[in-house]
Amino acid sequence: MRRYFLDAGALARKDLLLELRARDTLPAMLLFIVAVLVVFHFALPTNASAHASLGLLWVAILFTALLGLGRSFVAEREQGVLDGLVLAPSDRSAIWVGKVVATLAFLVVAEAVALPAFALFFTSIDGATIAGVALADIGICAVGTVLAAMAAAGRARELLLPLLFLPLAIPIVVGGVGSSLAASSGKYLAFLALYDAIFVLVAWAAFEYVVTE
Amino acid sequence: MTMIRARGVARSFGDKRALEPVDFDLESRGFLVVTGPNGSGKTTLLRLCAGLLIPTSGELEVDAERGQVGYLAHEPLVYRELTAIENLDLYGRLYRVAERRERIGMLLERFGLWEARSERTGSYSRGMLQRLALCRALLHDPELLILDEPANALDEAGETLLERELDELRRERTFLVASHAPERLDRFATGKLALG
Ligand SMILES: Nc1ncnc2c1ncn2[C@@H]1O[C@H](COP(=O)(O)OP(=O)(O)OP(=O)(O)O)[C@@H](O)[C@H]1O
Ligand SMILES: [Mg+2]
Repeated sequence: MRRYFLDAGALARKDLLLELRARDTLPAMLLFIVAVLVVFHFALPTNASAHASLGLLWVAILFTALLGLGRSFVAEREQGVLDGLVLAPSDRSAIWVGKVVATLAFLVVAEAVALPAFALFFTSIDGATIAGVALADIGICAVGTVLAAMAAAGRARELLLPLLFLPLAIPIVVGGVGSSLAASSGKYLAFLALYDAIFVLVAWAAFEYVVTE
Repeated sequence: MTMIRARGVARSFGDKRALEPVDFDLESRGFLVVTGPNGSGKTTLLRLCAGLLIPTSGELEVDAERGQVGYLAHEPLVYRELTAIENLDLYGRLYRVAERRERIGMLLERFGLWEARSERTGSYSRGMLQRLALCRALLHDPELLILDEPANALDEAGETLLERELDELRRERTFLVASHAPERLDRFATGKLALG
């Protein structure tokens, strides 16, 4: 068990080091989410409701995550590294855990910039929304990482990820928007937590099969 | 003792046959050289034996745990943005190599990469990458070595290094090697398998 987390930790640390060095993903995510908010700012009518703008916040988060996920296995796709990791004796799901942690870190940083900007330009954000975003992040990264690995191993990769990811992310949007807007946000947060629990388990178990042909 | 036992092992991708059915036994401490023209399925066979692919038909038994296999691929299996040391250190952790630092230093030294140890591997030449890939495959001192054209891109000095390494290891280790120049491996080979 300790070994498992050491392996996942070593892999996540490697991803952060790669990002620090190559700066491939995080700047793109930051730029994207800020750009989307700016566009929304001008696209929305001035008297737009908080409902509409909070809905758009979730759109921005989802597509920013998709951008990060699309790049999450770029380094492994080159020079056959994914094979190298798959061959190592560690439990293969540790590769998934490491990648989820790294992707989650990037997404959280992007949101740490985007949420205050959103509050500044659109409407204030309450604790329930932040809790909803945090729960949604876990589900997004857990599911998205498996799909990204699948796409990295196969051919139609640019297409495969959004095609599979967006339908699976619809419950997250429903739960997320609900937690931001509904009077009883607890129900929606519980729904997000349930989604996370189920999909973390499914994704964790499925990863092994995704990386062996 | 048999390390690899293959009976009618074949692999297809869709309706494309990548490997026609093959039968062979590789004894422990044996050295099997796989030959064949381009596209005959050598890499496919090696990937099957390494556990990266699953056969579409036939029986394949490999009597080595995942951590006891050293696989050298066409590609070096290292991150471009990391240095040689960082790459080997990551693999050393994942393979739970004892005295990682010493072992990495020793291998880099032996394969003439010590000077370049702190350069990003993205800036390596093809031959240097192949040397690093060899270090990576040997890092955890595996029982079964699966080497896909190990002399690929190596200069004469590199090839001599490689052969010295093979000579040293072959008494205690098992080898499955794909090669386009099998003559150079004749003195090690205990068996040959011609594909295609
Ligand atoms: N992932 C794949 N998808 C589809 N076809 C594949 C795949 N991998 C290999 N093939 C096909 O299988 C055949 C055998 O390929 P393989 O790489 O095993 O040959 P090889 O003997 O190693 O060739 P070389 O000497 O060029 O290295 C080729 O025709 C190749 O196109
Ligand atoms: Mg080949």
